Amino acid sequence: MDQLTGLPLKIMTQLAGSKRLQRAGLLKPLENFLYQGSKTVVSTAVEALKRARPVMKMVQPARMKPAGAPTGLFDLTLTDSQQMVRDTMQKFAKNTLRPAALHADESSSPPDGLLDEAHGLGLSMLAVPEALGGAGEARSPMTNAIVAEDLARGDASLALAALAPVAFVHALVDYGTAEQQGEYLPVFAGEEFYPAAVALLERRPLFDPHRLSTRATLQNGSYVLNGTKSLVPLAEDAQVLLVIADLGGKPQGFLVEKGTPGVTVTPEPTMGLRAAKLGTVKLEDVRLPAKAKLGGDEGIDSERLIDLARIAWGAIAVGVCDAILSYVKEYCSDRVAFGEPIVYRQSVAFLIANIAIELDGLRLLVWRAASRAEAGKDFHREAALVRVQAADKAMEIATNGVQLLGGAGFIKEHPVELWYRQLRAIGIVEGALSV
Amino acid sequence: MINLEIPKKLRPLIDQAHQVGLNVFRPIARKYDTAEHEEPKELRMFGAIMRGMSEGGAQGGLNAKEDKSSNGSSNGHGEPQIKNGGQMATLLGMLELCWGDVGLALSIPGQGLGNAAITAVATPAQKERFGDKWAAMAITEPGAGSDSAAIKTTAVLDGDEWVLNGEKIYVTAGERCEAVVVWATLDARLGRAAIKSFVVEKPNPGMTVARLEKKMGIRASDTATIILDNCRIPKDNLLGSAEVDPKKSFAGVMQTFDNTRPIVAAMSIGVARAALERTKALLEKEGVRVDYGGSQYTKSAVEAELLKMEADLEVARLLTVRAAWMADNKQPNSTEASMAKAKAGRVGNAITLKCVELLGALGYGETELIEKWARDSKILDIFEGTQQIQLLIIARRLLNLTSAQLR
Repeated sequence: MDQLTGLPLKIMTQLAGSKRLQRAGLLKPLENFLYQGSKTVVSTAVEALKRARPVMKMVQPARMKPAGAPTGLFDLTLTDSQQMVRDTMQKFAKNTLRPAALHADESSSPPDGLLDEAHGLGLSMLAVPEALGGAGEARSPMTNAIVAEDLARGDASLALAALAPVAFVHALVDYGTAEQQGEYLPVFAGEEFYPAAVALLERRPLFDPHRLSTRATLQNGSYVLNGTKSLVPLAEDAQVLLVIADLGGKPQGFLVEKGTPGVTVTPEPTMGLRAAKLGTVKLEDVRLPAKAKLGGDEGIDSERLIDLARIAWGAIAVGVCDAILSYVKEYCSDRVAFGEPIVYRQSVAFLIANIAIELDGLRLLVWRAASRAEAGKDFHREAALVRVQAADKAMEIATNGVQLLGGAGFIKEHPVELWYRQLRAIGIVEGALSV
Repeated sequence: MINLEIPKKLRPLIDQAHQVGLNVFRPIARKYDTAEHEEPKELRMFGAIMRGMSEGGAQGGLNAKEDKSSNGSSNGHGEPQIKNGGQMATLLGMLELCWGDVGLALSIPGQGLGNAAITAVATPAQKERFGDKWAAMAITEPGAGSDSAAIKTTAVLDGDEWVLNGEKIYVTAGERCEAVVVWATLDARLGRAAIKSFVVEKPNPGMTVARLEKKMGIRASDTATIILDNCRIPKDNLLGSAEVDPKKSFAGVMQTFDNTRPIVAAMSIGVARAALERTKALLEKEGVRVDYGGSQYTKSAVEAELLKMEADLEVARLLTVRAAWMADNKQPNSTEASMAKAKAGRVGNAITLKCVELLGALGYGETELIEKWARDSKILDIFEGTQQIQLLIIARRLLNLTSAQLR
């Protein structure tokens, strides 16, 4: 029993000593979490020892209220806590993600321990409601957009891997039944990174997230799933997937546990985003109990789920484009040709000015959509505009980024070619992330 | 706290300006496009109304006074209060007026670009003297367009008076205005440091309108060539300091642009929104409707174009409101003002042209205003600094380059 009660204390000691968390202002929510967490861990002691998923009994689903209570004034100032989150994420992106990016791309895997470290920043812990052992007090798409942007500034693939479980958590918080929440969410407030993902995209031209080929049918009280999901982050590692499938003409979510018969997961190598361990998930007559349907009879608001993902991908694009702008500014200022720095030439300087304009524009578009979501306002149109603009401008910025470095942009000594490969995913990917 | 919605308190002003655009400007827009150089008499009484709005705190014009009413928000941490004030109100009012008609919006008595310069740099005493006058802005010369440091118009102090000599072109509202803010050099050899702005009140025997230009668009607005021939004005009519300080002077006159560029950006957004809304309405009759869901790649070509234009217009709008928000909160915004102008200028023009294209003969003909908007929008990517000048300013600031390094 010593071992068991000692576990939360060990986490507490580690976390309390973390300067990063102190700076991020996460200690207070963490204290809440640890209080809740110790109850959870002790009450489910045996399971915890076996590293099984801790579960909680919930009477009713724990939904988080939107964080926004805006003053009504147009304002681009981050709150104090958002600024602290921003500082923390940017530091982690700079010191940990960026140095790991190229090797992770080449080995198609995050470095050992990196996802646990990212998890330690509180990414999914803050997404889990307090009632479920987490530290989440409110649903804040705006803060989530800042987190996505700042992590992507370090590396988009690693950001995707780190944030994939958060998208799963958001969907459970937003739509899950009390039973589903109690069963799946407490583990995300635990000590270790818990791989999970949302699987929406399918591998065919002209994919439309509202018209899915993957189908669920109700047969004798069970759901039977058939179809193939593509570019699923952490596909092979994921302990549980939220598979979005068509049920009677409408997309619905289904909780599919690792090892369920009929599920085949294979790696899916791509031109970029490789470190997120993308995979194909094939579902052949996968039989699921009725309780596996997310949200029970009410189901999910699939349009909202898709829109939140579009905002998140927009934020990822902003982060990478911001990295490109910083990089080309420095490179082109140092690079001398014809006897002077190449930024003295309008053809170079104007390309950089246009990167800055479109980057700022895209960021404002993402912020507007996210802040509307946070305030509980409709954001369907705004999310669509983010999607359209990001699809166009992110790739334009990336290809110009490589162009500005010339031959140097094409070789792996510089990260611009990696950003170019990653940003080709913008406008293609759907789902998988959330704000 | 991040919020990119326009505050409710500005709603009445925006609605009011929109009603003016709809009910006053739209019905006479074609008339004064056809009858170039004819003064839109319908606007005469309008200047007084705008002035009234301005003084009542509900600003709608270029010379809007600083909003002193309590409108800040405190986050409870003793940080500076956020304001949504005069610049944002002015800009959003102008956007709606230009949605009505940009040529007419430029012809509202009392709402000249010179007024913006006076608001930005005049002393309180000067504001008192010139504040109610309709002031045009005279910068460009036959040999100096974007290169405003190369102007040749001179100002020489003679006793208690400045004596101005030179030729100014492209002076918007140059004939109808009551005063002209003139850029002149105290000593051409000293370059930009010696450039100052002066207020010339009408009538003045030394200042004459030589001719009015015939233009492609904004034909309701008069565009004058002005001759200054030993034009004498009181010593006090110099805006700012008479001292020639190589570090500060030009920056002083250029500071005006930080206020006027986002306003011109808003004008461009107004015209483009008018064109896009009308185009959507006409296309809707053909069964075309923008669906914000699904994939943009399975939409029809015209639907995809509409969605793209909407996204670009929204980006331009947000960049523009940001620049105004920064001005209202006393944050330096030269880069952001230029970003707004660059993006809004080019997408405004591109959208109006694309709308003509999408509507075919209906867009090209004069039964609709679309073709007119496509002519009007071009100037908005040119005056108050061309697209290329904006990129130059942005690039120099981003890359920390001087005008000698990045020319």
